[in-house]
Parts: sequence; structure tokens; C-alpha cells
Amino acid sequence: MSPRQRQPSPAVLPADAEPDGPRTRPRTVWQALPSPRYPLSSWPWRSAGYLISGALAGAVVLVVTVTAAVVGGALSVVLIGLPLLALLTLTGIPVAAVERRRLGLMGPAPAPDPHRRPAEPGLRSWAACRFRERATWWELGYAALFALVLWPLDALAVALCTAAPLAMAGTPVLMEVYGDGEELRVVKLWTVTTWPGAFATAALGLVLLLLGGYALGTLAGARAELTRLLLTPGPSERDARVMELTRSRVRLVDAFEAERRRIERDLHDGAQQRIVALTMMLGLARLDAPPGPLADQLTRAHEEAGRALAELRELIHGIHPQVLADYGLRAAVADAAERSVIPVGLNVELPGRLPEAVEAAAYFVVCEALANVARHSGASRAEVSGGHRAGRLFLEIHDDGRGGASTSGGGSGLTGLADRVSVLDGRLALSSPAGGPTRLRVEIPCEWTDHSV
Amino acid sequence: MRVDRSLRVVLAEDSVLLREGLTGLLGRFGHEVVAAVGDAEALATAVAEHAPDIVVTDVRMPPGFQDEGLHAAVRLRERQPALPVLVLSQYVQRAYAADLLDSGDGSGVGYLLKDRVGQIEEFIDALREVADGGTVVDPEVVRQLLRRRRDPLERLTAREREVLALVAQGRSNGAIARELVVSEAAVGKHIGNILAKLDLPPADETHRRVLAVLTFLRA
Repeated sequence: MSPRQRQPSPAVLPADAEPDGPRTRPRTVWQALPSPRYPLSSWPWRSAGYLISGALAGAVVLVVTVTAAVVGGALSVVLIGLPLLALLTLTGIPVAAVERRRLGLMGPAPAPDPHRRPAEPGLRSWAACRFRERATWWELGYAALFALVLWPLDALAVALCTAAPLAMAGTPVLMEVYGDGEELRVVKLWTVTTWPGAFATAALGLVLLLLGGYALGTLAGARAELTRLLLTPGPSERDARVMELTRSRVRLVDAFEAERRRIERDLHDGAQQRIVALTMMLGLARLDAPPGPLADQLTRAHEEAGRALAELRELIHGIHPQVLADYGLRAAVADAAERSVIPVGLNVELPGRLPEAVEAAAYFVVCEALANVARHSGASRAEVSGGHRAGRLFLEIHDDGRGGASTSGGGSGLTGLADRVSVLDGRLALSSPAGGPTRLRVEIPCEWTDHSV
Repeated sequence: MRVDRSLRVVLAEDSVLLREGLTGLLGRFGHEVVAAVGDAEALATAVAEHAPDIVVTDVRMPPGFQDEGLHAAVRLRERQPALPVLVLSQYVQRAYAADLLDSGDGSGVGYLLKDRVGQIEEFIDALREVADGGTVVDPEVVRQLLRRRRDPLERLTAREREVLALVAQGRSNGAIARELVVSEAAVGKHIGNILAKLDLPPADETHRRVLAVLTFLRA
């Protein structure tokens, strides 16, 4: 079985990274344009639809914002208008949301929302979050650009590329209906007076319509690219987001580790001390009790308290071994090796201390590995070796058992360990062919925190 | 044989419950707790002030709740190698025992699990053993060591290892003989063999016993 490879996969695949064979349907207008089947494909229609809907939406945005601005300005005299004007600065958000949805017309590439999720529910935190985001202001700028420049351009493009050629193509019909068969002013540019001229114009119109289809595709494609550029997070922003996610994951692990230690300390300083005191009192009571049934009862109670104490000690050790905190990874691994049921050879050189999270993760890998060796491998011997070289901690657990271990499969403790190690940018590799031997290797990049120990 | 004398004890334990309990317990057996303190710093001061017969300390203490008590004990032993110290720990951990035994010549030290406090008589015996210059290691630590059977002990027979384990727990020859149901002479013979196999030439008897225990622990 092969170890699970953990490689960072890009969060979003670019659309044109898809395999692009002759039989695959083009996914963007750029892929469709060079194809001879372009004029007959859906792309000219989609492009026209994109631009027409853009022209309509832009007109609506202009009307609504201007109205709102005028009303808000007028009402600001009586103060009600001020919140309305403030709200106007958020216009970009719904506009951008619609625009990102409209990108779907031009291809299936996802258009991720650049906004962050507010930290808390509620309008206040939402507004605070939005006003602080750069994306909000970019979107406001886009909304202004859309309302003032882009939608008229959209409309113009549709008019030039489709309406005019269509009008030309319809010249003979129009001449018959409106020009009494004698003359017609074509697209208000020139006048046709003869039938051959009308049909020539119609032919020219059809050719222009064909060319217009290409122009329309190009314009719509460019327009969509512009929208995507302005309204979706760029690669650097995506990286920043991945980094933020990674950081939050590390924080989570640290918090988890701190919580473990808090629980350990609470058990240790609370429950354990009390049970020790209890066994002491029971022991004294036993000494004082005259022989008889009472003494026997006390003996049993005393033994029971002793067992509870031993169990509690093991439990605390499992939560977070104190020796790991006091003496570091080497001593803790030696301790785990001593506790192992099967003999474990130890060859670990770690003359210093490593970051807490690294020590804890590495320690639990060793414990889990040794537990697995004892439980499943049928090995007669195991060996733990390791050290710190070139800015990396590495540990290897090796046994002479029957192999066949795997990190896949839901119940495997190793999967959890692999996750834990990967949070620290480390790697966990398992080699366990059927018939053995099994080698588990863990590598975590880290630096010494204290080299003097 | 050992004289039952009253010991003057300095006790360091941060849990008030246990501090009171231990004080009462020691008092009941005729020992006097001359100072009971709650942290490592106060322990050093109390020892300087009272010059006790023995120090009993917890491993984990304020302010860091790590191994401050142990470090304080090791420092005390560095200054006063003959000061008997009994360390109580909540863990079975050879690293702690080794640190302690490396201080001074390893005589007059004890490392016991806190659970052992509940075994009143065992605890009082261990206390007296350490005060008399003996070495006492918790049976739990000994058990772990035995499971490993490391090299220097390879040459010992099973019975000899058993005897050495009991020596490490601070038992006298008589006590070992009773435990293993053999004669005291047989125990003496085993110990002679152990010392020979561990390469400890004849010298002062008690001292060699301590060395044998140290070999056992460091094996």
C-alpha cells in the first residue's frame, strides 16, 4: 500500500487548464472562436445575451442609484436621507453579485466571492466587516463604471454587431414595406434606390452579421474578463486566503494542545491530589481499625482507591505526558519505548528542545505507531530512530512484523496523525508491504527552541 | 540494626490537603514536620533554617507546575550531598529518578510515586530508609526497568534480578529474605553474586549496595 500523498491542491482550477481535445466542448468563448463551427454554436447567442443583459442591468443600476442619490440628498435635510446615502456606498455589493452570476453565461469557470464571512452574526458585524473590506470599494467603483460607461458600450456593441447588419440584411423587405419599393435609407447612412442595390446591401448585411458574430464574441469575452478581473479575488488574494486558513488551522491545533494541558493540569492538581489524600486517610484508618469486618471493608476501600489512582495516572499520562513538557521529546519517546509491550530499540539523537506542538505531534505519532506494532503487526521487535537535520525533525518507527498497514480507511489512527503532522507542514510516510517490514516515517520542519538541554 | 528515631522533616507540597495530611501522618509515627512549605523557593529557605534530617518534596510545584520540586531537591543535594531527600512524583518516570540519583553519590535519596503515600507503612519504612542513607526507588519504576532487561543486567539470573529489584526498593536483607521466602544467608549470597557480576569490588557494604542500585537504574 502506498502512503497517502498530501500535496496542496490549488483551490480553484483555471478553466482553460482542462484537457482540450478536439471533441471536448469549448468552455470559454476564447476556445470557441477559432473553431469553424463558431457561427453555428451557441457562443454568438450567449455573447449577445451577455451584452444585452449587461446593457439592461446597467441602465437599471443607473436609474436606481441616481434616484436613490437624489432622494437621499433631498431627505438629508431632515436627516433620514443620510443613512440612505450611506447605504448607497454599498450598492456595489448587490451589483457585483449579479455581475458574478452573469459571468456564468460566458463560461462555467467559477466566480468566487471575494468577501469574507463576518466573524459574528448580526447586521452590525456584517456592516463593519463590509466597510473594512477592500473588495467592497472595488465593487462600488465597478458599479459606477458599469452605470456610467460599461452599459452604454454593451448596448453599442450589440447595436453595431447585430442590429445594424440585421437591418441591412432586411433591406429588400424594408424597402418593399416602408419605401414603397422605390427607396430606403439604410441604417440612416446611405440610400438605396434599386432592387439590385437592395439585394447587394442585404448580402453585405449577412456578411457583416457573420463578422459581427465574431466581434460580439470577442467583445463579450473581453467584457467578461474585465468583470472577472475587478470582481473576483486575484491569485494573490487567494494565496492570502489559503495562508489565513493555514494560520487559523495552526492556531486551532495550538488551542487544542493548550486545552489538553489544561485538562491534564486540572485532573492532576484536583482529582488526583484528592484521591491521594483519600488513600492516605483510608490507610491511616486501616491502621487504627481493630481486626474484623470493618478492617476488611477499609482494606477493600483502600485497594479500590489505589486502583482508581493508578487508572487516573494512566489517563493523565495519555492526555499529555508531563515528561514531554519537562524533559522533551527524547525522554518522552524513551518513556513510550519503555512502556511498550514488545522490546523497542531506541536510537534518537535530540540534544535540545523543539516547539511544543512539534514535540506533541511527534510523540503521539511514536505512541500510536508503537501501539499499532504491539496490536497488529505480530512483530517481535521495533526500533525508533530519529534526529534533527537540516531544519527538520525526522523520526522513523520500524518493525519486523507482517506489514500490511495502511493510512487509508476510516478507522485508522494513522490518518488522524497524518492530519496532525500536516498542520505543521510535516509529512507522514508509511511503507508496509504485505509480509513486512513496516516503516513509518515522520518529518516536520522546525527549529530548536532551546539547544542547551 | 536500625534505631527508631524521631525524624525532623521539611515538607514541600503545594496542595494544602496533602500537606496537612502528610504532616498528620508523619506526626502519628512520631516524626516532626519542622516546616511545611508550598513552593520550591520556600523549600530552600526552610532547609537552610531548620537543618532537617530529611526533605520530602513533590516534583511539580509552583510557579511553573513543572519539575520545580525535583530541581530544588537536586540543587539542595549539590550543596549538601549528604542531605537525605525523598521525592514524591505523580508519574513513573525514570528520567526524574535518574536526575535525582545523579545528585551526590546516590545514597540517601528516594523516588516514590505519590500513590505510595497511601501505603502508610511502606511509606514510613521508605522514609526511614532514605534518612538512614539508603536508596529507595518506586516498585513501579523497578517493574518497568525489569521489563526491559538491558545489557549490564543480562548476566544476572532471574532470581538475582529479583533480589536487585528489592534492593532498589530499599529493602534490607532480612526483608528480602521474608519476601522471597528464603534464608537471609541465601539473600547475602545472591547479593554477593550480583556485586561480582556488576563488577563492584568489595568495599564498604552499604555503599556497594547503592552502586548496584545505580547500575540497575542506569542500565
